[in-house]
Amino acid sequence: MNNTHINPTINDSFLKRNRIGKINRVKDKLFQAVGIIATFFGLVILAYFVIDIFIDGIARINWSFLTSLPSRFADKAGILPAWTGTVWILGMTAIISIPLGVSAGIYFEEYADRNRLNNLLEVNIANLAGVPSIIYGLLGLEVFGRLFNLGGSLMAGAFTLALLILPIIIVATREAVKAVPNTLREASYGLGATKWQTISRQVLPASSGGILTGTILALSRAVGETAPLIVIGALAYVPFVPQSPMDEFTVLPMQIFNWTSRPQADFLVNAAAAIIVLLVITFLMNGIAIYFRNKWQKKLI
Amino acid sequence: MAKETDMMTNEFVLNPPMVNLFNKQVMNNINTIEKQNPIIIPMHENSPIKLISKDLNVYYGDNHVLKNVNLSIKSNTITAFIGPSGCGKSTFLRMFNRMNDFIDIFRKEGQITIDGIDIYDKNIGTEELRKHVGMVFQKPNPFPKTIYENVVYGLRIQGIKKKSILDEAVERSLKQSALWDEVKNDLKKSALALSGGQQQRLCIARTLAVEPTVLLMDEPTSALDPIASAKIEDLMAELKKQYTIIVVTHNMQQASRVSDYTAFFYMGDLVEYSDTKTMFTNPANVRTQNYITGRFG
Repeated sequence: MNNTHINPTINDSFLKRNRIGKINRVKDKLFQAVGIIATFFGLVILAYFVIDIFIDGIARINWSFLTSLPSRFADKAGILPAWTGTVWILGMTAIISIPLGVSAGIYFEEYADRNRLNNLLEVNIANLAGVPSIIYGLLGLEVFGRLFNLGGSLMAGAFTLALLILPIIIVATREAVKAVPNTLREASYGLGATKWQTISRQVLPASSGGILTGTILALSRAVGETAPLIVIGALAYVPFVPQSPMDEFTVLPMQIFNWTSRPQADFLVNAAAAIIVLLVITFLMNGIAIYFRNKWQKKLI
Repeated sequence: MAKETDMMTNEFVLNPPMVNLFNKQVMNNINTIEKQNPIIIPMHENSPIKLISKDLNVYYGDNHVLKNVNLSIKSNTITAFIGPSGCGKSTFLRMFNRMNDFIDIFRKEGQITIDGIDIYDKNIGTEELRKHVGMVFQKPNPFPKTIYENVVYGLRIQGIKKKSILDEAVERSLKQSALWDEVKNDLKKSALALSGGQQQRLCIARTLAVEPTVLLMDEPTSALDPIASAKIEDLMAELKKQYTIIVVTHNMQQASRVSDYTAFFYMGDLVEYSDTKTMFTNPANVRTQNYITGRFG
């Protein structure tokens, strides 16, 4: 013991603290590892899936595949009605769901009083986001298909999907509006602005990025939905391109589903190719939305 | 319990017993005066009275935030509201442009008049009121727009589109808020690129653009450094010529420097209200004295 000048008790407590500190540092590293694994888990599996699909399907994609009608011969079959149907459905669903969802979200955050009715509505909207999509299909079949006599048309499909993603858009809008700092509202009200002026000139521009992100996620979900469309009576074999909202239709996921359930291997290749097209449409849509979001946000700052 | 209350009073009354007794006497006098509810009108200067608060009680739910506040404020003066956090001074300030209306559980009794008009009358539009009574907030809160658009916001929402009117308002308000020389070549730049002090002066300019007659300032310099604060204080002295200014502040030096009158609030009571010089040299109330000398709060 050379260090006799060091108070032994202090020395002890330091060593003890150091030991605890070491354990904490190990925990720190451990969690970092868990985080990395968690991040890569999803990505690796997704990458495996995408690569696999690309290997199977990329060779099948050519101009005639995109512009041909379906056929019982795999090499002649194309996805023209399917991808045009998907674009139709996507556009119509957006037109129906965005104004409704954003308005409802703003109502809840900016106008609604904290009373029992509104609390009940809020809880129910949150729950609606968790209702299985097939239930929405049944609802769409009854209400839009039969009651409104829309049958298996694009209109019935778009309304059904709009209903399906409405809760997601409402929740996203609410979160985005909630994140707008109150000082901005106060400044606007303080200058004599009405509620609507404050919302339209301050709150909406400031929350547009968040609203857009939520809306994209919701629409991406709508693009991939198959079950509710099967229920309302979308057809698997549509030998024409839909010309109006009242036309019958098919969408890419239905075409893929149809092809994957056939025994011939060539149709599986077709399905893989159709999946690539569906992914491209989704990524394209996300890309456009992100572009606009960044552009608007730059304008704000 | 008894011990606790003893300790509470001891905390605030640290003066020797003699002074204590004197103060108690003064306080009793004030209390009796207050019971008759006169509106406290500052003496000195002969400018007309702009704002009156009469028998004002404010509640947030069950919480009694302002208790029977009676006071009047003269035109073209700066009045400082001081007091510890939670004493109700900010709530009182926000009564004058009805910003408390946004709070669901807000309730009031009594009257507030501006130029003799009851601003809580149901025929008064809050939007019109807020154009008359401008407000500057604690943290600079410019809109995420250009400097120009910030200043003309209040005019745009009134539907004014004519470029010559807007341009004129921008120049006038920015000159009034002593910001013109610093930003006249950057009017199209984002307001968020300005420094904190400049942003606060922009917020003042934005308020002046709608031509109010009263300016409410809620701790306007608390987020600024001393140099930027000094600029705002100079500005206030200049603006006093045209506007009636009320400023809430936690800074005693600031209150004594800029204000003509000072009101001291404590736990919802208007404890003392007089001209600033008297307040800071010879306060009538022991609580006021303890607060301004930094013994509590």
